[in-house]
Amino acid sequence: MKIKNIIITFVSAIALVLSYSSISLAKVVGDKIILGAAVSLTGKYSTNGKHTQNGYNMAVERINSMGGVKVDGKTYKFDIIYYDDESNSGRAAQLAERLIKQDGVQYMLGPYSSGLTKAIAPVTEENKIPMVEANGASRSLFTKGYKYLFAVLSAANQYLEVAIDLAVEKNGGNPIKIAMAFEQDAFSQDVRIGVVEAAKRTGSKIIIDDKLPKELNDMAATLAKVKATKPDVLVVSGHSKGALTAIRQIAEMKVDVKMLAMTHCDASKLAKQHGKNSEYALCAAQWHKSLSYKDKFFGDGMKFDKDFNAQFGYAPPYQAAESAAALLVWKDAFERAKSLDKDKVRDALAKTDMQTFYGNIKFSPAGQNIAKPMVLFQVRCKGDSCENKVVAPTKWAAAKLVHPVPKWSER
Amino acid sequence: MPPKFWGHFFMDLLIFQAPILMVQASLDGILLGILFALIAYGMALQWGVMNIINIAQGELVIMGGYVAYFMYMMGIHPAFGIIVSPIIMYFVGWGLYKLVINKVVDRDLFISILATFGISILTQQLMNFIFGADVVVAQSNFGTTMFFDGMVTLPNSKIFAAIVSVVFAVGLVMYMRKSKLGRAIRATAQNARAAKILGVNTEKVYAATFGINAALCGVAGSLIAITFTLHPYVGLPYTVRSFMIVIIAGLGNLPGVALSGMGLGVFEEFADYILGTEFRIGSVFTLLVLILVYRRFKLSRKREYLK
Amino acid sequence: MKKNNLILYGTILILGLVAPFIFPGFKLQISFLWILIVLAMTWDVQGGQMGYNTFGNILFFGVGMYLCASVQIGMFFPLAEWTEAGGEKTFIHTPPQYFQGLLFGLILAGIIPAIVAGLIGYGILGLRGHYFAICTLGLGIAAGEIAGGIEIIGAGQGMTTPPWPKNIGDTELRSQFFYYICFALVIFTFLFLQWAYKTRFGLVLNAIRDNEDKAEAMGIYTMRYKIIGWMVSAFFVGIAGGLMGNMVGYIEPVEVAFAGPTFGVFMVLMAILGGKGTLWGPVVGATVFHLFKEGFWTFFLGWQYVALGVLIVVIVVFFPEGIMGWLREKFPERFGEIVDEADRKAQVELK
Repeated sequence: MKIKNIIITFVSAIALVLSYSSISLAKVVGDKIILGAAVSLTGKYSTNGKHTQNGYNMAVERINSMGGVKVDGKTYKFDIIYYDDESNSGRAAQLAERLIKQDGVQYMLGPYSSGLTKAIAPVTEENKIPMVEANGASRSLFTKGYKYLFAVLSAANQYLEVAIDLAVEKNGGNPIKIAMAFEQDAFSQDVRIGVVEAAKRTGSKIIIDDKLPKELNDMAATLAKVKATKPDVLVVSGHSKGALTAIRQIAEMKVDVKMLAMTHCDASKLAKQHGKNSEYALCAAQWHKSLSYKDKFFGDGMKFDKDFNAQFGYAPPYQAAESAAALLVWKDAFERAKSLDKDKVRDALAKTDMQTFYGNIKFSPAGQNIAKPMVLFQVRCKGDSCENKVVAPTKWAAAKLVHPVPKWSER
Repeated sequence: MPPKFWGHFFMDLLIFQAPILMVQASLDGILLGILFALIAYGMALQWGVMNIINIAQGELVIMGGYVAYFMYMMGIHPAFGIIVSPIIMYFVGWGLYKLVINKVVDRDLFISILATFGISILTQQLMNFIFGADVVVAQSNFGTTMFFDGMVTLPNSKIFAAIVSVVFAVGLVMYMRKSKLGRAIRATAQNARAAKILGVNTEKVYAATFGINAALCGVAGSLIAITFTLHPYVGLPYTVRSFMIVIIAGLGNLPGVALSGMGLGVFEEFADYILGTEFRIGSVFTLLVLILVYRRFKLSRKREYLK
Repeated sequence: MKKNNLILYGTILILGLVAPFIFPGFKLQISFLWILIVLAMTWDVQGGQMGYNTFGNILFFGVGMYLCASVQIGMFFPLAEWTEAGGEKTFIHTPPQYFQGLLFGLILAGIIPAIVAGLIGYGILGLRGHYFAICTLGLGIAAGEIAGGIEIIGAGQGMTTPPWPKNIGDTELRSQFFYYICFALVIFTFLFLQWAYKTRFGLVLNAIRDNEDKAEAMGIYTMRYKIIGWMVSAFFVGIAGGLMGNMVGYIEPVEVAFAGPTFGVFMVLMAILGGKGTLWGPVVGATVFHLFKEGFWTFFLGWQYVALGVLIVVIVVFFPEGIMGWLREKFPERFGEIVDEADRKAQVELK
């Protein structure tokens, strides 16, 4: 049984080493300002967790290479400690505690998804650690009176309100019939609230309201209901998997709806994967490369898109863009606070009022970004190659909205 | 009752108001169920022969799917995955057996659950690393079949999946009956020691069985690549469904596996319409619990218990 | 022997009491460790002592968690409004409200799951072997999915537990508070089980494990004892759930509450790692497992699950009898077994 003995010795040695490891980095080490982040490197959110991490990393590199952060005469560079929250809220909360208590982090960056941000927020708030988050859009994050939470993205309920308003407009201002399918997580349910409120506002009726389980692969039942009840708008929000499944099955089942509004089109690379089948889908986005915002670190959206693509090999979805913006907010706050004290920095964050390539950022007292509107784009195809074209707000529209969507039999 | 309740209730009745939806639900359920039954078949095979419950089954399916996806990315039609994938996956299964599984074969069934759980989480992260974290799909472009003036639609990819599943299942049954390896497998399943005495190389049989299971998963995975989506972390539902189906059918009951699979598929679809999509999966598992408890009570009358 | 035991217990007790002050940064980690030990010990009541491998104890964990939070909130504020999707309203607990809520919440979090176990025990515990395992697995999954559909407890969006009242101390105090409650729970569970195993109850459980039919034939009402065992486990697991919910702060039905693929499987692994069927086995197993897991997550980030998977396979393949079992083989005298020297020499190693 020698191999057992070897394993035991090896294992005990590791256990001993591990039990003595209490890393306690201070908030600043040498010339580095340490930020902490729990992102989803594994699990169901790994796709967008990766986008988030890439965004953070690119921004850190860019800022560091362009003179770093100047606080009170000294120059600092950013550095981030990452942990993998495994797309699991319990784990995320645990890691937040760990970052703050064990690693001594004093400044946090948010995780991917509203659910995980909701799990981490109580921890950062209780410990009075300011967090700039870029991927948690749930409105419930802004109604709890958090003083240490700052979100650069627009709230979830705004995502598809615009789509409903557009549909009503195209219906001659008359109320419409809405069918919707939302995944059962914090973010999607918040988008749903926005739609419900828009419906109430316009007097429209919700005729299908399906809550998709997270492991759901097959939406055929929901889509059959849609075919039977003929709504004016179909709204689907289920992260990347939901978007891909929906488009595939809508095309297969030849579901004709006048307007199809979804989320996560670009994160799931919908246009590339489904090609022509994804044409005419309306997508909510926090950002698009063709918008005219700019800043001195990334230039404008087109340049960010090019640089990101060059570094990571794919076009940045808005999740990456907003993550990068979070670092710009931090830098700006440190420099205005002229201090590394977390409470002074927190106060500086609250007064943020800046433009980034991602959009304008100004925080409400609750930490919500109230200066950036959502953008709607529509997938348009030339032959087999499809692109996202901004159609709303009209200020930035690169193409006109096609409504109603042509029937499958005519495509 | 708050208005929300009634709205839900209205939708619950939809399937009765538009009976054509029952046809859609049934067909969807059957097609879905046949595909799950294929995976369950592999699960039943190794359970019966080697007394192993493979928690990594779903991961094998996803791996098989990625094979088809890569073929698609290289320009080959992913449907050919049903030939390429099982070949590659057979060797993966065979390798897994030699590395890990052979050490848990003659042990408690429970040990195999834990060992394969370890393999499954390991594989998930490896796949995340190798294949990336994107959700991906492969396109078959098979079109759609429509009945009843477009009210009932069946994607041809799903019909193709069902047909392929049936072909492989039947093919496997015939292989088990006619071929030498098949007979060796059946002998080992009946009584491993006796088979060994009679000259059957049980080690080879076990490796082959696990390989065949992996191959079946490969076929299923290729079909899933063209009908659903692929992601390193979506394997678990397939694992859980497959052993649910085997449990409900009862071990050793192969035609039962097909029927259970289809039955569960149809049940799930109808549950979606009647109870609401959010209770779809919960109701399937509640059904499992109820069936097992019902069986237990029926047997306890005879003072027996489920083996 | 007794004196050694006293020293051992005393040391652990003292270490446990002062740990929050020696390792202030690790308070939460160690609190989790206490919870994990409770989960492993209670699993062992079914899995190790009774031979019924359950994958469903997580059901009680989740029920306890939701119950505790619901009571904490529902006692003073309308629950439906707290969990309302828009989250428009916030309610603040005053300190007395918070602690009252917590107390009643935890009590109910122990009692209700025990009652649930009692009610469904008759049906579920009639199953044997892998049917029992799969049925309980189905229970756990079904519970998570169904909880995800119930609006009043937040459905898929989950619910937040009441925050620590602002005017009584800071987060350090909160961590310490929960640390000591968890520690108290683990001590109580350990002492209770230690006592229980010495009574007839423990003997019957082992008899069921060794041969249930014979036990029944001898006239023991096995079902009664099976159900009691499950109720005991449910009680402690439920309280553990209630505490966990408060420590994490956010309850999500499938990931935090009815966390089958994580805690549900971990409780089994920890008990097996340490040695199932022994009193200290689950404790040792939980500790080692937790150390490894946290270590992997720090040092092998990006590969942590690969490392964990390998660890699990190694445990299961090479140490199925666990650490305690392995120690038992090596040093049988310490465990009170007397080995004849002639026997030992005559033993042939079976390869």
